[in-house]
Amino acid sequence: MKIKAVIADEIGVNRIITRMSHEIIEKNKGSKNLVLMGMRTRGEFLAKRIKDKIDEIEGTNIPIGILDVTLYRDDFRTRLKQPTVSVSNITFDISEKDIILIDDVLYTGRTIRSALCALMDYGRPATIQLCVLVDRGHRELPITADYVGKNLPTSINEEVKLKMKEIDGEDAIYLTDINE
Amino acid sequence: MSLSIKHLIGLQGVPKEDILLILDTATTFKEVLDRPIKKVPTLQGKTVVNLFFENSTRTRISFELAEKRLSADALNFSVSTSSVKKGETFKDTIRNIEAMKVDMIVVRHAAAGVPYFLTQISKCNVINAGDGIHEHPTQALLDMYSIREKLGRLDGVKVCIVGDISHSRVALSNIFGLKAVGAEVSVCGPATMIPNFIEQLGVKVYYDIDKAIKENDVLNVLRIQLERKAKEYFPSIREYHRFFGITQERLDKANKETLILHPGPINRGVEISSEVADGMNQVILQQVTNGVAVRMAVLYLLGTQN
Repeated sequence: MKIKAVIADEIGVNRIITRMSHEIIEKNKGSKNLVLMGMRTRGEFLAKRIKDKIDEIEGTNIPIGILDVTLYRDDFRTRLKQPTVSVSNITFDISEKDIILIDDVLYTGRTIRSALCALMDYGRPATIQLCVLVDRGHRELPITADYVGKNLPTSINEEVKLKMKEIDGEDAIYLTDINE
Repeated sequence: MSLSIKHLIGLQGVPKEDILLILDTATTFKEVLDRPIKKVPTLQGKTVVNLFFENSTRTRISFELAEKRLSADALNFSVSTSSVKKGETFKDTIRNIEAMKVDMIVVRHAAAGVPYFLTQISKCNVINAGDGIHEHPTQALLDMYSIREKLGRLDGVKVCIVGDISHSRVALSNIFGLKAVGAEVSVCGPATMIPNFIEQLGVKVYYDIDKAIKENDVLNVLRIQLERKAKEYFPSIREYHRFFGITQERLDKANKETLILHPGPINRGVEISSEVADGMNQVILQQVTNGVAVRMAVLYLLGTQN
């Protein structure tokens, strides 16, 4: 991987998570009706971090789920490689809840579209709010995020990579060239 | 990860990686079956034809549910109401169905080799739902899934298949599949129902059911197919039950946990006693649930290949 730019280091990532956690609490006037939904794989760890932060601030224990959207993708016919499916893990009822959908990078919006369809199959939430660490533009669908860690204009030949300690051994956001 | 096979005709020669990928993928679909809305849009726009030239309730419903839960368009063809009755050849029937732009065919036929023949005359992905006394791969896959779910592994697990091995496609698929993933496979039944040279498949043979129970972790109890003149192979049903029927008394005598599988439908009091069929160690109904998940996995993996 050839790094073109370091967008955030460990301290930076941590600051973004802290700020977004406060924004989530502020906008929802507390955390009473909140549930967090992390999207596999990086979103899952991001959600865990945000949960810890909100629980620390509010003294709560908000439910957290993991969403795998592979089965809802729209690119089965165009992709060269068959994606590997894994299991969603949602152990609570999402009906009438305020769901914070958490993903690492918002790009075309197609993954989020899949996630919205998937969530509707689990119940009827009160609201779904989108929280992303990086918004890199180039949307192909009318989707926008409610909480954005960093707005990062990119070229389509670039890639934004989030690294998380849980699987990558470090916390950072990198800008790289595609095919690297 | 994707399968190396394009059709599922049998488990003979299917690599271990493919089998494990199907079983792993089935875990995902089992989660879907626990949701309030048991449907995902994955195979939207794909058409699957269920071609059943032989009676079946469980397998056909299981496939149909799997197709519908993946949002595929499923249509059923049963031979009793078709033009086959009017004298149309098998090949012409298939060509006509294919001309209607279908993507996958699930086939059951009394003649071994029909699914393979289909792959030669059609461009569709073909899934064998049982052909004669050849193979029934999805049944073996769901058996393996159920064993792995219960025991946590397949490698090194000792499985004995009990009953009419000579006329069982379930037995043959289980032997190929289980051997591929490293399980130890044996068979047990009356000598008239054990095919000659079965040892050449690397399978141990028991004629004493008590010994088989003692030395194995899992018993896959096959149905005695009374409609297929099974009675010609042993003197009476009562005698078969006395010598090879799985009873609680027999299991207690072995003094160990034995997992009991049965592909259904059960003949209570023939190959298995009611007490065992409803007992603590059996997973007969879980097998049925797992069957839908495993078939979804097969349909998904074959249907979304490029």
